[in-house]
Order: sequence, then structure tokens, then C-alpha cells
Amino acid sequence: MPLLSIAIWLPIAAGVLLLAFGRDERAAAVRWGALLASIASFLVTIPLVTGFNTATAAMQFVERQPWIARFNVWYTLGVDGLSVWFVLLTAFITVIVVVSAWQVITERVNQYMGAFLILSGLLVGVFAALDGLLFYVFFEATLIPMYLIIGVWGGPRRVYAAFKFFLYTLAGSLLMLVALIYLYYKSGGSFDILAWHRLPLALDAQTLLFFAFFFAFAVKVPMWPVHTWLPDAHVEAPTGGSVVLAAIMLKLGAYGFLRFSLPITPDASHKWAWFMIALSLIAVVYIGFVALVQSDMKKLVAYSSIAHMGFVTLGFFLFDAQGRGNELAVSGGIVQMISHGFVSGAMFLCIGVLYDRVHSRDIAAYGGVVNTMPKFAALAVLFAMANCGLPGTAGFVGEWMVILGAVKVNFWIAALAATTMVWGAAYTLWMVKRVYFGAVANHHVAELKDVDRRELAMLSVLAAAVLAMGIYPKPFTDVMHASVAQLLRHTTISKIAP
Amino acid sequence: MNWQAVYPEILLLAAACLVALVDLWVKDPRRLVTYSLAQASLFALALLQLWYFADGFTLYAMQRMVVADPMGHLLGLFATLAMMVTLVYARPYAAEREMLKGELFSLSMFSLLGILVMLAANNFLVVYLGLELMSLSLYALVAMRRDSIPATEAAMKYFVLGALASGFLLYGLSMMYGATGSLEIAEVFKAIGTGQINKSVLVLGTVFVVAGLAFKLGAVPFHMWVPDVYQGAPTAATLLVGGAPKLAAFAITIRLLVEGMLGLAVDWQQMLVLLSVGSMLLGNLAAIAQSNIKRMLAYSTIAQIGFMLLGLCPGVVSGNTVSAVNAYSSAMFYVVVDVLTSLGTFGMIMLLSRVGHEAELIDDFKGLARKSPWFAGVMAVLMFSLAGIPPTVGFYAKLAVLQSLVSTNVPGFIWLAVVAVVLSLLGAFYYLRVVKVMYFDDPIDSHPVAGTADARIMLSLNGAAVLLLGILPGGLMQMCAQAIVQMFAT
Repeated sequence: MPLLSIAIWLPIAAGVLLLAFGRDERAAAVRWGALLASIASFLVTIPLVTGFNTATAAMQFVERQPWIARFNVWYTLGVDGLSVWFVLLTAFITVIVVVSAWQVITERVNQYMGAFLILSGLLVGVFAALDGLLFYVFFEATLIPMYLIIGVWGGPRRVYAAFKFFLYTLAGSLLMLVALIYLYYKSGGSFDILAWHRLPLALDAQTLLFFAFFFAFAVKVPMWPVHTWLPDAHVEAPTGGSVVLAAIMLKLGAYGFLRFSLPITPDASHKWAWFMIALSLIAVVYIGFVALVQSDMKKLVAYSSIAHMGFVTLGFFLFDAQGRGNELAVSGGIVQMISHGFVSGAMFLCIGVLYDRVHSRDIAAYGGVVNTMPKFAALAVLFAMANCGLPGTAGFVGEWMVILGAVKVNFWIAALAATTMVWGAAYTLWMVKRVYFGAVANHHVAELKDVDRRELAMLSVLAAAVLAMGIYPKPFTDVMHASVAQLLRHTTISKIAP
Repeated sequence: MNWQAVYPEILLLAAACLVALVDLWVKDPRRLVTYSLAQASLFALALLQLWYFADGFTLYAMQRMVVADPMGHLLGLFATLAMMVTLVYARPYAAEREMLKGELFSLSMFSLLGILVMLAANNFLVVYLGLELMSLSLYALVAMRRDSIPATEAAMKYFVLGALASGFLLYGLSMMYGATGSLEIAEVFKAIGTGQINKSVLVLGTVFVVAGLAFKLGAVPFHMWVPDVYQGAPTAATLLVGGAPKLAAFAITIRLLVEGMLGLAVDWQQMLVLLSVGSMLLGNLAAIAQSNIKRMLAYSTIAQIGFMLLGLCPGVVSGNTVSAVNAYSSAMFYVVVDVLTSLGTFGMIMLLSRVGHEAELIDDFKGLARKSPWFAGVMAVLMFSLAGIPPTVGFYAKLAVLQSLVSTNVPGFIWLAVVAVVLSLLGAFYYLRVVKVMYFDDPIDSHPVAGTADARIMLSLNGAAVLLLGILPGGLMQMCAQAIVQMFAT
């Protein structure tokens, strides 16, 4: 059964149907339809993991059809250990997003739900595409629904944020398009990503390709200094938009480094590893400080996302003296991507829960929430702990693996990276203290009602995922192992033709 | 003599005359008879051309004055379809503005005849003949709203600058004739190939020919008429100017520069690079500043034409024509896609216009997503296609052109591709702004989206075509490639 195609096209088809036939008068039907479609799309992805063969690094569930004969473009799909979890994560987060919008979105419900379902299908497509052009089409197409989501349902500065988001990411990816076409030419007319992994390339060509990919993916991750679109987009986007942005769209950039930069331009990756490490450390340390001074909760979590994604890129570009990548660090980076998907998504949902009641994201507008919303506060504090990397939660595993990997390469890099444990705790816990603890600050907080069953369910599912991943991460790392080892073999072999 | 080669032109000429005559007896203010007759004959013409293209023959006729080849048939087919779609959009719009006269149909058909003559030209004089037939009909069509001051002004500008352009072209062609001793395109090609001809006369002639073509295409620095004519002309006439004629301008560019003067490619390619970068730069920058959507689309057309010209640049690399098919077919695909998208955008403007109100400002699109989610969706697809965002067909058009540049593996061309993508990023801004006003802003009035059923259906089909060709672009690309391959084979 073409599971991946179903996982891509089922939500897209459902989204198109909702756009075509949904009306605000039938909002309840639209919501249930969207929920059913998102759950069905998620169920379809489960066999991808249960049926996954962890012993091989080869692509699995491969589908291959000719698409554009003139340019030898194929509709090729497949997943390996690097990508399979993100397919699941995407489908899972979409279910949560649909639930989170249940009572909050009351206008143009069908367009909201439709946009998220279509976006979900496109994102799965990005992770599953094995053809360079197919990847690019999905990668770019995701901009359209997200642009509309931010612009239509966003906050006061939504137009500015939507344009900034679109143009920033488009600027990066257009250079990647030229790089893809160059690889197509160099490989004798093929867009096959796996064939590109074996393609010999001179160092100058690799350097140019590396930077073309760097701009596309660094903007998406986002790495310092091209991160400035993210706080704007996060703050202005509706809750669902922030969740998908943080949980999945940021992962596209990091995934791109794994799929394109490292294996296609290994020599340039070695040469410029110092540059990547430097930018990642700046993200970890400097952005950590920036997060500390935020007065807006969403902005704080947005900056904390940048810092956490800095860990991911740091893990990917740690090479030892022999030019071998560090398996622990790379796997750690991927684990961090998944855990950040759960944790940051949950953090934004918590802010959404508060915002729906008080209509403010200002930290100063709250205080003593625990007194009026005890159930909610317990969950929120759990996610905050995960965000600062407390052992036993998902946030800890990835960071720990990256730091361990870094120690083997260079102690000082590891030491600087490890300071995140301090900054992360500082900005997260300080926010927790000011928002949740203490005496009830004002009448808004005093009138708060605790989470209802819908909110409780969606947050509990995420809490279970965060704890499960923190206590027993082995299923995640097992799936990755073979593919990461294969990736590292690729990056060790020089591609400069003798 | 091979009459078969000119059957489409004969059919169209007869039909145009018939339409003009029949209309004299039509009393109905809605001109249903005239309209149906025009559409039916255009439909027959389209079928004939489709059949010819599928057959894939190349025929010379009238002492080799004209040629019937697959490229001409394919572009002719698209020009005919574009004219049919234009008339569907134009009829309700024209009816509300007292422009719905028989002349609208007969002149449109004569301009299409001019286009077909250009497509079939194998001789400099025939090129010129077709060009003038098309242009004269278009001047009259722009001026059709006699009492509208902007329209008459636009017609005047169009006429004066168009005459100047024709003069340029004719002057260049006469120099080529003087240097090579022949008016026949294939003979000129051979004469240049001998290398015996005075190079300076040829180069000077090339400069004038390229300038004339650039005028017709609307490329910088010969673009001045485009914004004024697009804005001033009644929207129906704007579409007549900005739709099918682009295909003809592309075709004569191929006929003259490639079929006739490929030996001088080194010279004209450099000129095209300058024209193209200039057009993309000025078109994209100036479009940002516009508040009138017709003017914005005019500048966007200039930028799009610049991008299309890029595809004509890498045909001959250091004397080698290996990449020629790839390059010219990508440019052809680009221009076909551009016409398809232009049809939709101007169709939308006409749909939103009503009696006493021209939806000319970008602000007229405010809140369209609330008034009509469906047509806002169509317009959004068209805008994303112009910006080159997948999964719309505009992306593949840009991809094809960029691919033809990068595949030469010449650093200069690869950097040109980088310049092109950076400039198209500028373009994304103003296309996104149209999406922004439709989706993010509230409506400024409560007029519902009206329009006749046929225009609404056609517009929906037009938007669907842009999206579907974006998901499956292979077939159209293959057709363009086939046409260019067969052109080189003969």
C-alpha cells in the first residue's frame, strides 16, 4: 500500500474538500470533519514506524513514478531513520492543532482547518521526498498556507509578520533552487537525491552549493543572524500556527542539513564546520540571554526555540580530527528535533490556553495562575521543566547526547553549549515563577477557569509523549542508528575527484 | 502550390469578414449571433491547428514566403485559445461600456490573423505585414471607447510608439536585406553562414532588429508604452494587447533571430542579456510602487518578459548549439504560461468591474476572500503563479529557464540565474500584496461579485489550469520541446 502517498494526499484532499464545501454555518461539521481527517492521516503513518526495519539504512516504503519526463523528474518517496519520525510528528501535531482550534477559531473555520490539513500533507511530503525537485516543490508550497494562517488569523502586526516570514524563507530557498538545478546538471540530468550523495564535486563547487543550501536551511532553522523573522511570526501567528511553526517547520531546515548539506557537500561541510559551530554557539548562548529579557511569553518561547535549534545544528557539524562526524551528537541533534517538536508545541499551546482566557501574552499580566488553574499549572510546569532540559523529560536526552558528543571533539565547545542548562533554566523558570506562582495578581487571574476536558486531553497526550521520550528514548534512537551511521560514512568520504 | 499550409489563415480571414458582414444585420444589443459566430469559427480554427500540430508536418508555400511548421501551429493554437478566452471575459465588460459592437469581434479576429501571419512568416516582408495587420487592429481596439480620455490617450501613445518600433524593425530588416541580398529567412541564414558579408552592416542591422523586437515585447529600455497602454486602455483591450500578441512577438523573435540570424547569436545574445536584466530590475522595482493594479501588472509583464528573454540567451554557447533546443523551448514554455496567467488576472479585473466602476486599484480587491472565497482563491493561485511559487505552473516556467541557463555550465550564465532569482524575490513582494489585500483586509464595499456565468466558469477553468499544469507540467513542456526540435530538424 502506498502509505506515504496516502499520508501526503489524504490530508490535502480533506483540506481541499473543507475549503470547497465548508461554511461557517456548518462549523461543527467542519471541525469534526477536520478532526476525523487528521486522525486518519495520523493512523496511516503509524505503520511506518511499526513496520520499520531498523537494521538497514536504505530507504523504506519507497514509491517511484515518472513525473516530469522532460527533466527526468520522478515522484519518488521514501523514509529512512532520519525522516520517519518527522512524518509521524507532523501528523500527530496536526491532530493537536485541530483540537486546539476547536472553540477558539469561530470565523472562516473551514479555511483555518483546510489550511492546516493541506500544510500537514505538504510537510509530510517534504520529509518523504527523495527527488530534489519534488522536495523543493513541497518545501516552497508550505509557505502559502502558513502565510495565510499568520495573515488571516494572526495578531495586530500579522501583515508585517506574514510578509517577513514569506520573503525571508523565499529568499533563502531561491538560492537553493539554483543549487538543485546545478546538481541536476552535474549529475547528468537527474534530480535523485540519493544519486547526488555519491556525486563527485570539486571543492569550489561544493563551497558554493554548501552556502546556497546554508541560506535556505539556516533561515528555516533559524540560525543566528537570520532568525529575526521567527519571533515576529511566532508572536503574531494564531496558536495553531505557532505550534506548527515551532514543532515542524523549523525542523525542515535542520532536516535539510542532514539530507543535503552534509552528504552532498561533505568536504565543504568539514571546511566550514567552524562557521556552523560558531553560529550555533551564538544561538545557544546569546539568544539564551535575549530570551531572558523578553516580556512577551510567546517571544520568550520563540527565542528559546532558536537556542534549542542551535543545539541541533551544533550536533550535526561536530567532526573529530579524522573528519568523522560524531554519531552521538548527530543522533542527539535529531532527538532534540523531535523532543523540541513536542515541548515547544506544548509551550505554545499553554500560552494559547492562557491567551484565550485573558487575551494577553504579557508576562506582567499574570501571576499566581496556579491558584486558579491547578491542573493546567501542573502540566505547564512539566513542559517548562522539559524546556530547560530536566532529566526524565524529553528535553534532556537530546541536549545531553549533543554535549557528550561535543566533549569528545572539543571540551570548550561542550562547556559553552552546556551553559544552556543554566540559561534555559533561567529564562524558563523565571517566566514560570512570574506567571504561575505567587499570589493572584489581578482580577483577570482570579476569574480564570481551569482547563476543560478538551484542553486537558490535548495537553495530557503531549505530556505523556514528553515523559515517555525522556524516560525511554531507545525506540527513537534505535530507528535512527543505521541511517545516522550511513550518513556519517558519507560525510567521511571525500568527494573531491582525484 | 500548397494551399494546405495556409488553410488556417484563409479560414480566419473568411470568418472575420463574415462576422463583420453578419453584424450589420444584427439588431440585438447583446450581439449574441456575432459572438457565437466568432467563437465557433475560432473553435474550428483551434481544432485545425491542433490537428496540424499533431500531424507534425512542415510545409513551405507561396514561393517559400510562408512556412507551416509545428512551432507556428502550437503557438497559433495557444493564440487562438487565448483570443477565445479573451472574448469570453470581454463580452460582459464591453456590454456595460458601450463597446459591444461588431468591430470588437471582427477587429480581434483580424489582429489574430496578423498573429497567424507572423507565426507563418518565412520572409521579412511577411513578418512585417503580419505585424502591421495585428498592430493596426489593436490600435483601433484600444481606441474603441471613443469618449474615454485615458483610452484615446493610450491608443495615441500605443500608435506613435508602435509605429516607431515598426520603423526600427523595418530599418533593421532592410539593412539585413542590403547585406545578404535576400528577404527569405533561410537564405539570410545561409548568407550569414558564409562569413563573406560585411560584419558591421550585419551588426548594425541586428541592433535595429533587436530594438524593434524589444519595443514589441515591451523590454527595458523600450518599455515606456507598456504601463500607459495597459492602464489607459479599457481592460478588455488591455487583455487583447497583453495576451495573444506576446506569443506572436515571441514567434517573430525566434523566426528572425534564431532562424534567420543564428550566425550572429554572439551579438544579439549580449543585447538580450542587457534587455532582460534591465527589464527584470525595472519591472520588479517599479511594480512595487504601484497602487493601480493594471499598471502594476504592466510592470510585472515587463519583468516577466525579461525573465522569458533570459531563456533566449543561452542558446548558443561558444559557437555550439547543443543547448539551443533546451533554451528556446524553455522560453516558449515561459511565454505560453505567462499568457495563460495574464488572461486570468485581467479576467479577474473585468469580473470585479461593474457599471460605473473600474476595479483598477489594488484596493478594489480588498476583502475579496470574504465576498467570494472561490474567486479570491483563483486570484491567489494566479498571483502565486506569477511569483513563481510551486505548486503553480509559474514555478516550472521559471525552473525551465533557470535550468537552461545553469545547464550551459558557463559561470556567467550561472550568475545570471542567481541574479534572476534575486530579482524575482523582489517580484514576490507585490504579488503577495494582492493576496494580502484579498485575504487579510476587510472589504471596503459590499457589492457582491457578479459576472455572467460563462465568464465565471471560464475564470474558474483558467485558475484550475494554472494549478493543474503546476501539478502535472510535463505534457505542455514536452509539446514546446517538440515544436522547437522540429524547427531545428528542418
